[in-house]
Amino acid sequence: MTDVADIFATLEYGPAPEADGEVRAWLAAKAPFGHVIDGAQAVGDGFKTHNPATGEVLAEVSQGTAADVDAAVKAARRAQPEWAALSGHQRARHLYALARQVQKHARALAVLETLDTGKPIRESRDIDLPLVARHFYYHAGMAQLMAENLPGREAIGVCGQIIPWNFPLLMLAWKVAPALAMGNTVVLKPAEQTPLTALMFAELAQAAGLPKGVLNIVTGDGTTGAALVAHPDVDKIAFTGSTTVGRAIREATAGTGKALTLELGGKSPYIVFDDADIDSAVEGLVDAIWFNGGQVCCAGARLLVHEAIADRFHDKLKARMDGLRMGDPLDKCIDVGSLIAASDCARVAALVEQTEGEVYQAGPVPQTGAFYPPTLITGLHSSDPLMQEEIFGPVLVSTTFRTPVEAVQLANNTRYGLAASLWTENVNLALDLAPKLEAGIIWVNATNLMDAAAGFGGTKESGFGREGGWAGLRAYTKPVGDAKKLPALHIPTGEMAAAGPLDRTPKLYIGGKQARPDGGYVRGVFGPKGACLGEVAEANRKDIRNAVEAAAKASGWSKTSGHLRAQILYYMAENLSARADEFAARLHAQTGQDGTAEVEAALDRLFTCAAWADKYEGRATGVPIRGIALGMPSPVGVIGAFAAEQTPLLAMVSVVGAAMAMGNRLVLAAPETAPLTATDFYQVLDTSDVPGGVINILTGSHAELAPHLAGHMEVDACWSFSSTDISSVIEREAAGNLKRTWVNYGQTHDFAAPQMDRFLEAATEVKTIWVPYGE
Amino acid sequence: MQTQTHAPAPTSTAPQLPQVTLPRNPGMPLDLDWVARAQTNTSAIERRCATLPGRRSVKKAYQAAWLAKAITLIDLTTLSGDDTPGRVRRLCAKGRQPLRADLNTALGLPPLTTGAICVYHEMVATAVDALQSTGIPVAAVSTGFPAGLSPFHTRIAEIEASVAAGAAEIDIVISRRHVLTGDWQALYDETCAYRAACGDAHVKAILATGELGSLRNVARASLVCMMAGADFIKTSTGKEPVNATLPVTLVMLRAIRDYADRTGHKVGYKPAGGISKAKDALVYMAMIRDELGPRWVQPDLFRFGASSLLNDIERQLEHHVTGRYSASHRHPMG
Repeated sequence: MTDVADIFATLEYGPAPEADGEVRAWLAAKAPFGHVIDGAQAVGDGFKTHNPATGEVLAEVSQGTAADVDAAVKAARRAQPEWAALSGHQRARHLYALARQVQKHARALAVLETLDTGKPIRESRDIDLPLVARHFYYHAGMAQLMAENLPGREAIGVCGQIIPWNFPLLMLAWKVAPALAMGNTVVLKPAEQTPLTALMFAELAQAAGLPKGVLNIVTGDGTTGAALVAHPDVDKIAFTGSTTVGRAIREATAGTGKALTLELGGKSPYIVFDDADIDSAVEGLVDAIWFNGGQVCCAGARLLVHEAIADRFHDKLKARMDGLRMGDPLDKCIDVGSLIAASDCARVAALVEQTEGEVYQAGPVPQTGAFYPPTLITGLHSSDPLMQEEIFGPVLVSTTFRTPVEAVQLANNTRYGLAASLWTENVNLALDLAPKLEAGIIWVNATNLMDAAAGFGGTKESGFGREGGWAGLRAYTKPVGDAKKLPALHIPTGEMAAAGPLDRTPKLYIGGKQARPDGGYVRGVFGPKGACLGEVAEANRKDIRNAVEAAAKASGWSKTSGHLRAQILYYMAENLSARADEFAARLHAQTGQDGTAEVEAALDRLFTCAAWADKYEGRATGVPIRGIALGMPSPVGVIGAFAAEQTPLLAMVSVVGAAMAMGNRLVLAAPETAPLTATDFYQVLDTSDVPGGVINILTGSHAELAPHLAGHMEVDACWSFSSTDISSVIEREAAGNLKRTWVNYGQTHDFAAPQMDRFLEAATEVKTIWVPYGE
Repeated sequence: MQTQTHAPAPTSTAPQLPQVTLPRNPGMPLDLDWVARAQTNTSAIERRCATLPGRRSVKKAYQAAWLAKAITLIDLTTLSGDDTPGRVRRLCAKGRQPLRADLNTALGLPPLTTGAICVYHEMVATAVDALQSTGIPVAAVSTGFPAGLSPFHTRIAEIEASVAAGAAEIDIVISRRHVLTGDWQALYDETCAYRAACGDAHVKAILATGELGSLRNVARASLVCMMAGADFIKTSTGKEPVNATLPVTLVMLRAIRDYADRTGHKVGYKPAGGISKAKDALVYMAMIRDELGPRWVQPDLFRFGASSLLNDIERQLEHHVTGRYSASHRHPMG
């Protein structure tokens, strides 16, 4: 034993290991582990899972095959109707029991998590496990409230969930709790590096009486995940992990009709103003980038510090880094544990070696195990690859800014948009900047705050969909009702003839003006009986380029007030009403239907959109801190949409109205069988004070335009109600910048029913702004 | 990362006045820009404090050594209206041998003493006499303790009288009204006057943080008192509704660090009131060690203002030595 007198002189911290005996006994008793399918163990060919802090083998687990995945999906399918048929209260009891199980076995789960991940026991014990229990409690409540509060929504069905190794049990909870609460059944694939807590959880769930087949777990590597993604009977895929894999999943599921949520990478900015509490901002970085060794998707990895205080800030930060203690993750006196694997240390080291910045590293690093020191790289500019690429390790990169405007520009100068931290004691500055930061989660004077009640998820290439809160439930429910298959597209043809006394060939509508099509071609428009009604322009990819550029430039629209947007939508209704007869006649000429009722319905819809423009409100969420989390709907940005051929005016007005009401800009491909209704609409837009670029309309072939509009990197979302089968190509091309998609998979959409909740949801991103307070 | 090397620290038997081992803080001109710049974000500070106990843990021999060190950091205090010479002598005897001799020996440590004995002026002479040739300083609370609202000239006179009676440390109370009205010049002038009156005795400035209204005020008052030459800054008199807390401690420690960075002078810290458990003492020590470094966790730079803390530490140390949980009555009362 070390001499008390020596320690008395030096006041060293000694070892303070958390006991792992019980967990090791459990591992010894249960290994080798199988999958959990239909409530039974299914042991297959195995692979080993390691403790990354020591390299020791912890257990042998099974490598899931396509057959294992199939068996699990079948079990989930069998169990789903009965599970969904339980009352919300009965499901709530199950979720409550899971929460209780987690709490009762919290220490064992925390120790096992630390053994399998190398994260400090403090983090698994004080952060992960309490949040896991919180998610099950919270969603027990959601199951209880579902019937009353989510009318018209039902379970999606069988959910395939693929989770990463950085928060194995917490990600399980985030995925499993809302899925089960809403009546879905689950096939979960834990990360190959960290399958153990999911298996222990499955055992606890079974002991708590969760019906068999409701939660199935298939362990394995990426091939197992791919088999789950590819399985035809999976209704929804929820994935958390890298942007690369997320993009591959988007491509693989394109056109299958599988619902998809992706929670991907980030390069989140951490902005410090000169009036911030500097010491607290320095301390916040410990939680931002050295929490879980920086292996956190929302890690505050890009430090943007006010130039005036940069030197002092870096000095303080380096001193703080020197105080970090790195070592045995089971030690209760450790700040930084190991990375997930030795290969990750090499990967991070290689990235750091190539930098031109000034590197500061805290040391020493334990000699064995996957340890990499906390690292600060200063003097970088945004052009440095390390400022752009996700490192996913304990490496903080830093640059400076001069003004709030420049801080926002630098913060948003990234493909990602997951989270952002903002440090200032000036409430005006904080509340001004928070909405301007392009990210799903904004923390004011804080970092890495999370709760089951607050939506979590990103924008841009950080993925789509929200986890947590009411917003998160949308990802695990679908509207009740059966859509019908759309009839095949039939574009009438006929003989070209003069359509009136004076030629009136509309051009494209771009940036508030009519523009000639780049290709210089037109197509004839014919009535159902072949009468020539006129000609419209044939748009091509360059017209899409021009239209998107105009839409992007009209960003001022996204900053207007809901009241103003409502005024303009009412004005549009006014001007449409003035031309009601003309529009009705045109509808009749193109479709053969009586257009009068449709014009009336379109006016009604514009009023509905105008009404919502200033009423689609955010939510102040009660989170368990002294502070609030504001869930604020913000516009998606630039939406590309393919109009429906059925009820063409009503459908077009629904899309235009919803997009505009929520502050988006739109590039709309006109209905192919009724393009003149869209081109006639130019006049309505021109006379209603719609700013140029907010609505851009192209005529032409949906099949031709779809890949270019869906593939455009400045388009944030792509919708299709087209009768042309373009859902698949849109979803595949959308993978490029991971834009949000809303496509019909060849099914009808009932535009007669407003379904405004679906439109407004698709037209907005929920941005969660955390504002802790207190003097 | 924390390294294995440390600045030389005084041993428990060495003199404990800061001026013996370190140059005294001479103070500096009042820098109002610096004072105005001080910011404290309460929520962030509370988060740091809430997570610290989960980040730091000392066990077994380390815990015993840390607790033994804690004993040497205690200003063993009696500040009651019914204090008598007999009561003060008993307290001084406890300060001379705070840990039962058999336990002290079993730990393999030289005889421990507390950091100081802290009394009202009337008891200074008695305490000085009782502590002759022990090296244990006598601290006197002063300047109209605890409210600090007696006439200014009597506050100065009180300091002078206590110094004349042999007090080596004077725990002055600041005028809270100067902080609450933002009159930093008045606070600076007052503290400078106290410092001058103390002469060679060192000044422990009690901020009465529970009455300052905000952590920002705590940070600013800390800076002003250090600029005025305080050798220590101290949280509380023990008579305010809220006494020492971890958030207040963090704010004061960060002010001390900034002051040391700027001037090179190390100012001491004394949390007082409400720290009665060994476990709490360890958290405070860990916070000081992590925020300021191990050099600060020595009696010349850190004191606990506490009376019941010692007994809890004694019981924990007996448990360490014997493996059995202890009882209060097994340890001599102070």
